[in-house]
Order: sequence, then structure tokens, then C-alpha cells
Amino acid sequence: MTVTGVRKDPAARTMTITAEFDAAPERVWRLWADPRQLERWWGPPERPATVVEHDLRPGGAVSYFVAGPDGERSPGWWRVHVVDAPRRLEFALGDPNIPALTVRVRLDARATGGTRMAIETTFPSSDAMVQLIGMGFEEGMSAAVGQMDAALVEGQR
Amino acid sequence: MVVDSAAGQQAVDRVFHALADATRRDILVRTLQAEHSVSALAHRYPMSFAAVQKHVAVLESAALVTKRRQGREQLVSGNVDTVRRAARLLDELEVVWRGRIGRLDAILAEGPTGATGATEAGGATGPTGEERA
Repeated sequence: MTVTGVRKDPAARTMTITAEFDAAPERVWRLWADPRQLERWWGPPERPATVVEHDLRPGGAVSYFVAGPDGERSPGWWRVHVVDAPRRLEFALGDPNIPALTVRVRLDARATGGTRMAIETTFPSSDAMVQLIGMGFEEGMSAAVGQMDAALVEGQR
Repeated sequence: MVVDSAAGQQAVDRVFHALADATRRDILVRTLQAEHSVSALAHRYPMSFAAVQKHVAVLESAALVTKRRQGREQLVSGNVDTVRRAARLLDELEVVWRGRIGRLDAILAEGPTGATGATEAGGATGPTGEERA
């Protein structure tokens, strides 16, 4: 696995994941900029994405749908904010699988060759995420949740 | 996955909205630990019964609590499943992106097919001619 770090900052509502690749930034950029390549990695094999529209310019949109295992289609979209090939990409993401987010992608050439990619995802929805995780909410919950964990797992089966 | 549809997205928004209020968070914590009647909850806060009832209704619409009737009482209990899913959003996000990065890596490992693709300047016309392998 090429993931080199994951940082979750509840106060800033962000999750940042960094990865390193041997390929040059230009090559890594194409995985985002070429819709046919994007389709190959955006969704997992059991939920493949089909890109319908791919206008990678500030103000442009990328739209796609994800096909579920039983054939149902869920639409997803990007609203593109920043494009600076092959270094920076920022967009708002409405993805069928996760809440609305802002995504910031940074590609940096490594001194030793290859690329360091950082993806920062931010929950825009007010300060709910802060309150949800940053103010001890999760800790406050954990005792009660822990007790019922086994029952829940069983209930979901 | 946390959410599988637009309807699921709305459900998440409702959860966030419900949790954005300190009283509602407090009600939720209490009702996760034990079932409470609305009137028992109302005694705990410096607000009217109706106001507390309203908070409970917001929590209920986000599926964070469930209500049942027992005689004249309305009993409220927290829905642990919803809480757990909400609290794990950042974790879910990590899983989603780890999966994507793994697949990116697999494509890059196929070879230098795209090694010359340094030309896009952000226009709509990417090198779309490349077919899926």
C-alpha cells in the first residue's frame, strides 16, 4: 500500500490522506484528468463509476454515476474550483457514498523521483462535524455504544 | 458505506442538523444510556415541555432517537446505530480513499502508458482516447 499517512482533524472537519507513487506527477494527474482513467479507480469494482461529463476547468463540472451490485444507479458530481495541472485540483464533491465534501488534491514531485499526493477532504456542513467529534461527543457516546455493540452487529446480520 | 443514495445524503444532513444543538446532544446522550420520558427530560432543561418535545422531534426525524408510548408517557430512547454511523464518517472517508489510492496504484503499476501526458492545462479535452484496459 502506498498510503503514507492519514490525519483526521475533527476541529477542521478534515481527513487528509497522503500517498506516494513512483510515477511522475504528470502521470498521476492523468488519472484524474482523463475520464476513462478516472472511471477505473473512482469506484470499487463492485460499484464502478461511469463518467458522463468531465469538464475540468474552474467552474466546470464532472458528473458520473455509480452502479450498485443490484443495478441501481447513484449519481455523483464534482463542481470544479481550482485546476492547476499537474499540481492542484480542488472541487466540491457530491458523491453517492459519502456526505457532501470539499476535496483538495496536491501533487508534488519528490526529490527522489515520483509523486507525493495529498488529498484533503473537508466536511462543509456547518460546525456539525466539529461538534460531532471534536467536542467529546464520540467519547461521551463510547460507553453506551460499546455496551450495545455486540447486539447491534447481530441485529445487522 | 455510510450512505448509498441521495435519500441517504439527506438522512446524514438531518443527523448533522440534529447534532448541531447542545440540548439535543445532551438529550441524545441521556437517552442512549437509558430510556427517558419526555416529561422527565423536560425537567432537566430550563425550557418548556413543548420546546423539549420539539428537540426530541428533531432527533427523531434524524433517526437518532425513537419514541414509544406507554400510557400517558412518551418514552424516548437513543438509536445507537445512527450515532455510530455518524461518528464514523471520517473513518468511512479514510476507507473510501484508501480503496481509491490502492486502485490508482494498480493502474500506475500497469506501466508507463500515460507517461507523456503532461500536456493538459485544465481544459475539457483531456486525452480521452485511451480505452479501458
